[in-house]
Amino acid sequence: MNRTLLAGAAALLAATALTPAQADDIKQGGSMIVTYKDDVSTLDPAIGYDWQNWSMIKSLFDGLMDYEPGTTNLMNDLAEDYSISDDGKVFTFKLREGVKFHNGRELTAEDVKYSLDRVTNPETQSPGAGFFGSIKGFDAVAAGDADSLEGVTVVDPYTVKIELSRPDATFLHVMAINFSSIVPKEAVEEWGADFGKHPVGSGAFSLEEWTLGQRLVFKRNEDYWRAGVPKLDEITFEVGQEPIVALLRLQRGEADIPGDGIPPAKFLEVTKDPQYKDLIIEGGQLHTGYVTMNVKMPPFDKPEVRKAVNMAINKDRIVRIINGRAVPANQPLPPTMPGYDNNYEGYAFDPDAAKALLAEAGLGDGFETELYVYNTDPNPRIAQAIQADLAAIGIKAEIKALAQANVIAAGGEPDQAPMIWSGGMAWIADFPDPSNFYGPILGCAGAVKGGWNWSWYCNEELDALATAADSMTDPAQKAEREEAWRKIFIAVMDDAAWAPVFHEQRFTMRSERLGGPDAIFVDPVHIPVNYDYVWAKDVQ
Amino acid sequence: MGGYVLRRVLQSLLILLGISFLTFILLYLIPADPARQIAGRSATAQTVENIREQLGLNLPFYQQYFRYLTGLLQGDLGRSYLQKTEVGELIRSRLPATLLLMAGAIISELAIGLTMGIVAALRRNTATDTSLMVLSFVGVSSPQFVIGILLLYVFSVQLGWFPIGGYGTFRHMVLPSLTLGLLGAGWYSRMMRSSMIDVLRQDFIRTARAKGLKRWQVLFGHAMPNALLPVIAMIGIDIGLFMSGIVVVESVFGWPGIGQLAWQAIQRVDIPIIMGVTLVSAFAIVLGNFLADLIVPLIDPRIKLR
Repeated sequence: MNRTLLAGAAALLAATALTPAQADDIKQGGSMIVTYKDDVSTLDPAIGYDWQNWSMIKSLFDGLMDYEPGTTNLMNDLAEDYSISDDGKVFTFKLREGVKFHNGRELTAEDVKYSLDRVTNPETQSPGAGFFGSIKGFDAVAAGDADSLEGVTVVDPYTVKIELSRPDATFLHVMAINFSSIVPKEAVEEWGADFGKHPVGSGAFSLEEWTLGQRLVFKRNEDYWRAGVPKLDEITFEVGQEPIVALLRLQRGEADIPGDGIPPAKFLEVTKDPQYKDLIIEGGQLHTGYVTMNVKMPPFDKPEVRKAVNMAINKDRIVRIINGRAVPANQPLPPTMPGYDNNYEGYAFDPDAAKALLAEAGLGDGFETELYVYNTDPNPRIAQAIQADLAAIGIKAEIKALAQANVIAAGGEPDQAPMIWSGGMAWIADFPDPSNFYGPILGCAGAVKGGWNWSWYCNEELDALATAADSMTDPAQKAEREEAWRKIFIAVMDDAAWAPVFHEQRFTMRSERLGGPDAIFVDPVHIPVNYDYVWAKDVQ
Repeated sequence: MGGYVLRRVLQSLLILLGISFLTFILLYLIPADPARQIAGRSATAQTVENIREQLGLNLPFYQQYFRYLTGLLQGDLGRSYLQKTEVGELIRSRLPATLLLMAGAIISELAIGLTMGIVAALRRNTATDTSLMVLSFVGVSSPQFVIGILLLYVFSVQLGWFPIGGYGTFRHMVLPSLTLGLLGAGWYSRMMRSSMIDVLRQDFIRTARAKGLKRWQVLFGHAMPNALLPVIAMIGIDIGLFMSGIVVVESVFGWPGIGQLAWQAIQRVDIPIIMGVTLVSAFAIVLGNFLADLIVPLIDPRIKLR
């Protein structure tokens, strides 16, 4: 309850801090240096799908929809206006006029159609193609039988109509994810597979320079349609810097944001130093860390056993192990996600009750099993804590610490990994809607070979409820829909398909010279930082 | 000589072919599915299948290897799964940085190693000699990531003399070159010392001294050139040592070379990059050994190649 109040207050603060009148007072200009360990993979919005390029792509490209800075509230972006038909199956978007790509050409409805056709075309190999499954004609394009989505029509240069094959309450969110960014055909054709290294969009920044393995430079788009945005003239992303080096450089004034965050080894030292108190911003994240239990592998086919595991894990201790960089979880949804149940208490930590449940399931003497875990810190340490907790109720879990790709592969097999600690691979929402936390990781659709439903939990009754919830497209049904989702996730917990452990918090450190509302430094959508709204104090 | 070169070239090619096969088979056996990796977590089964087909990952092992080899002969190292760029381009763009670092390392290892070796030889069996040799032993046996972090901490963080990692100016180059070169410096100082002691015992040195040459004339005009021989033969082999060293040193110092590229690729199981860097390194090592063998007879006519 308190947390909600706080979150609400924070959102209010963020909203007031960004009212146009105040935002206009901020002078444009200046620059900042952001550091990363790994080189940027690609800036092609149809391909890029990691947390490092996610926010960069958002700064280079625009889509029809976006989110208010620092929040999860949808707002219009390239769409000046839109209307939804009564049956929820036809979306008509009216585009802003005079928006220009970085190459100077005006963006029109043809570009919207081209971009959607491109991202769904199998040859593009877009990891996000599946998000567009509700558009009419998607199956034909995905199968390679058609080049163009039947459901997307250009009505006039500034109007585009999108027909769906089924009502989809998340469709506006889909229009806000990076994969829906609008790209100019001529630039894509010019660069082919290397478009990701030579991105041309209509976003607040344009790519000025990319020296592989060294740096990228973003330059302010002088013609950006949103007045007064972005604030900075230039952003330099320096890559190849270990987080620890990045922190030292920030402390010496050579860098402004360590993009990979504060290195765990230095976390306590830095957060306890009063000198940095105002420079570290904490925020929620649409993330849940959980233990999956494969319901197809005995004894985890018994709900009592899964409940016992839920009760055996001491979540507070695990949060302490990671220096308090998370809050304990009792349900799949993170607290900042619509549909989170504030009144649900979950399974309290109670080893004795857990033992009793095991005895009830006929496993009073315990059993042996395996716990798969991604082999980078702090995950093996967390797995050891879980192992100790399970040992206390008689479950002997052997830890299998493997490379990330190997754990994911094991989870995608029906009979390989009895338990997986999701750390380092856990689900972070693609968009702030509860449905994104169900289908791929708890629904029947994800319980397939190579899927992400590592519990292999498939409850057709809940799947039907989920479909029903996603058919409530009328904005007036928002509360009703959230309630429907709330029930679904609590039902999942009644079956104890997962043992939710914690929700990670994000901590961004920034240099003294950067300004901007706290919320944009831990933006829930522009991960890790909403670069468009950061400003430089030295030019004010 | 011509026959020898031809034989060595063929031998080298065979070695490279063997390495490519072994690396390919090792990476093929990793239980990660590249198609799924490219497709990402939200992909439909159909997307994954499409990608698998487009990349030829559904083909049997020998066909995949043959495809790779065919590309290789045309200079095509494939395309990175995660970086979405030609592996050749990634390596090309990072090679200058690595070569620069190696040049810096060779200079620092020779400067430090030879000086230490000569001084130790001239002060044989004194405290200076002993402490220099202990130092060289420390250099040879310290892991590079320890030396690197230590240098970084003392000279960059505490004293602020050098930038904390990065690339671009001479000052950026000093610490990584030293770190990479210290191992070699240790070896060279020991080699130079024993080689120098050997030479100083020879008759022609006594003759040179006897005919009234100054001490430094004897040292640099007569002793050094002879003592250097075995050292030069080592430089070619050094390239192999460096190849393993650059992965660590480049990562510690944020040096944008192929070692860092390899390290990042290994962490993310980006198979085409791992494969490409391995082959390029193998090529460099084979080439280094080959050149070392060719250069020695040019310097010392007493050695003949057969």
